[in-house]
Amino acid sequence: MSALQLPSYLDQSPAVAERFAKLKQRPVILETKKLTKTFPSHTTLNEISLQVHRRELLCVVGPSGCGKSTFIRIVAGLETLTSGEVLVEGRPVTGPGSDRGMVFQGYTLFPWLTVKKNVMFGLQVGGKSAYEAEGDAREWINLVGLSKFENAYPHELSGGMKQRVAIARALANRPRILLMDEPYGALDPTTRCRMQSYLMQIWRQVDVTILFVTHDLDEAVLLADRILVLGTNPSRILEVIEVPVPRPRSVEQLMTPEFLATKHRVEELIHGPDDAEPAVLPKMRLTTVGDDVE
Amino acid sequence: MAESSKARWLVPFGQMPPARQLLLVWLSFMLPVAVWAIVSYVPFVWHPLVKISDPGGVAYFSRDGLIERAVFQRENAKMAEAGKPLATGTPANPIFLPAPHEVAVAFYKAFTTEPRRKGEKWLHESLWQSIQIIFWGFTISSILGVPLGILCGSFPFFSKLTEPFVDFTRYMPAPAFGALAVAILGIYDPPKIAIIVIGTFFQQVLVIANTTRKIDTALVEASQTLGANRRQILFRVIVPGISVDLYNDMRILLGWAWTYLIVAEYIGASSGITYFINQQAKYRIYDNVFAAIIMIGILGFTTDRILDWIGKQIFPWQKTAKPGLIRAIALARQRRKMEAAA
Repeated sequence: MSALQLPSYLDQSPAVAERFAKLKQRPVILETKKLTKTFPSHTTLNEISLQVHRRELLCVVGPSGCGKSTFIRIVAGLETLTSGEVLVEGRPVTGPGSDRGMVFQGYTLFPWLTVKKNVMFGLQVGGKSAYEAEGDAREWINLVGLSKFENAYPHELSGGMKQRVAIARALANRPRILLMDEPYGALDPTTRCRMQSYLMQIWRQVDVTILFVTHDLDEAVLLADRILVLGTNPSRILEVIEVPVPRPRSVEQLMTPEFLATKHRVEELIHGPDDAEPAVLPKMRLTTVGDDVE
Repeated sequence: MAESSKARWLVPFGQMPPARQLLLVWLSFMLPVAVWAIVSYVPFVWHPLVKISDPGGVAYFSRDGLIERAVFQRENAKMAEAGKPLATGTPANPIFLPAPHEVAVAFYKAFTTEPRRKGEKWLHESLWQSIQIIFWGFTISSILGVPLGILCGSFPFFSKLTEPFVDFTRYMPAPAFGALAVAILGIYDPPKIAIIVIGTFFQQVLVIANTTRKIDTALVEASQTLGANRRQILFRVIVPGISVDLYNDMRILLGWAWTYLIVAEYIGASSGITYFINQQAKYRIYDNVFAAIIMIGILGFTTDRILDWIGKQIFPWQKTAKPGLIRAIALARQRRKMEAAA
């Protein structure tokens, strides 16, 4: 990394700067105020304060155990917080609700329902008639490109297709926020790459704010407007990075200087500086002379 | 075939070609029958008795009587000393072990032979009576046990309120309630049904509560983020989510209900298949006893196979589901609907 001369990740092109200025003008959809979560043995999240604007895509990254999943689950209302506040459009979160759709890492489609019925689920529990729900569901299935499979059962779909249905199911409820907890963690790299461009495409077409937890830094830089970097012991905000990569994004940008600079910065925050001392391993030789690898 | 014949028979968690599986299934029934046949038909295997064909000089031997082999030899030795004619006979098994062919004949004869005494029931009538007891016992137990089990598994409130007591009662053997059941419910069918209910219900609540707890909680969470309330979570997520396992639990529990049947039928006025078996044993017609016992096995096994088949039809989302009849019908209906719309 040090061999490359990278620009600072703080340098934003005029177009990007303008975009961020506009974004900050938009109303705040999600706000956390000194959100703290304590378990009996340790503190997981310590005074996380954050504002997410309408139609922003915020990625949450951090080393394992930093509480990024706990954070998103608290926003979803699936876990309680110890102190602080979570506000969605100014209203405090008291439990799970259909204004915050969620896509989980594990495939959480209802296995006993077909693709169409899965997407209809949220609409029907929300009080829509089966007829109305079916019409809506068809549109959402069409949006994620699975019309041919509307009568298939989840076990007949591939991992990527399942997650597309999960996204359609979550969006069909027209949530204000879409929470995604490592949604592509179980997918192979090729599928994951395709799913990322799907998501960006859908996000352009739907008025929704996205909170995306991931441990894949490329994914975070590629998708995010801003990246929330969490640290451990106790979990706190290390930095909120405004990604200087212009939109529309594509995989070609993975090697642009802005991209690499941002990724480098995130890496630095998570793993510590490059010159950290390497771990001292015990000396042991189980090879024969002459087959050295270095 | 060449490939499968080369494959090994014993591979941990290995796959087996269907032909081999079928062979083993067939053998699982044939091996016990083979053992039975060997004991019955090979004269030097077991056969502790001698069936007298000619009593000779022994005064108390009678034709076709069964005598222990040692006694037979001792008496014959005495006869030889006394110079009297020897008794002759063939090795035989005790009367309680009829040969396979005798039981096979009894299968047919038991259904066609009139009961010895007036008022006694035919075999099919006895079986029908037993089936009714099982049916009512299991149905009543399920009407109470399934909802309670699901509630216990879903809500810690119900679990804490009922499960400790259920667990406690479970250890009391159902037959222990027999005398009480007769005192309260009389001597005919009701106390027998009660024993089956007691024997099944407490296990049922615990088994179903455990099955309910095993549901993937992520599904419940997903439904919550889709806006489902408590009632909707229960009826639209938990109940369908556990239905496959619940169905299989019910199959196992039905098997348990059968095991309580014999005890239940002893209570009060003995009835059903138990009464039939006891009467036949009293008449020393052990062919019929065997036929009746095997009949229970066949009934239970067939029921289970049928339920298994139905299970594959009604849960089309299972990976193991065959492209079932019901799904085919559903898809055909859908296609017709779409065509009508277009």
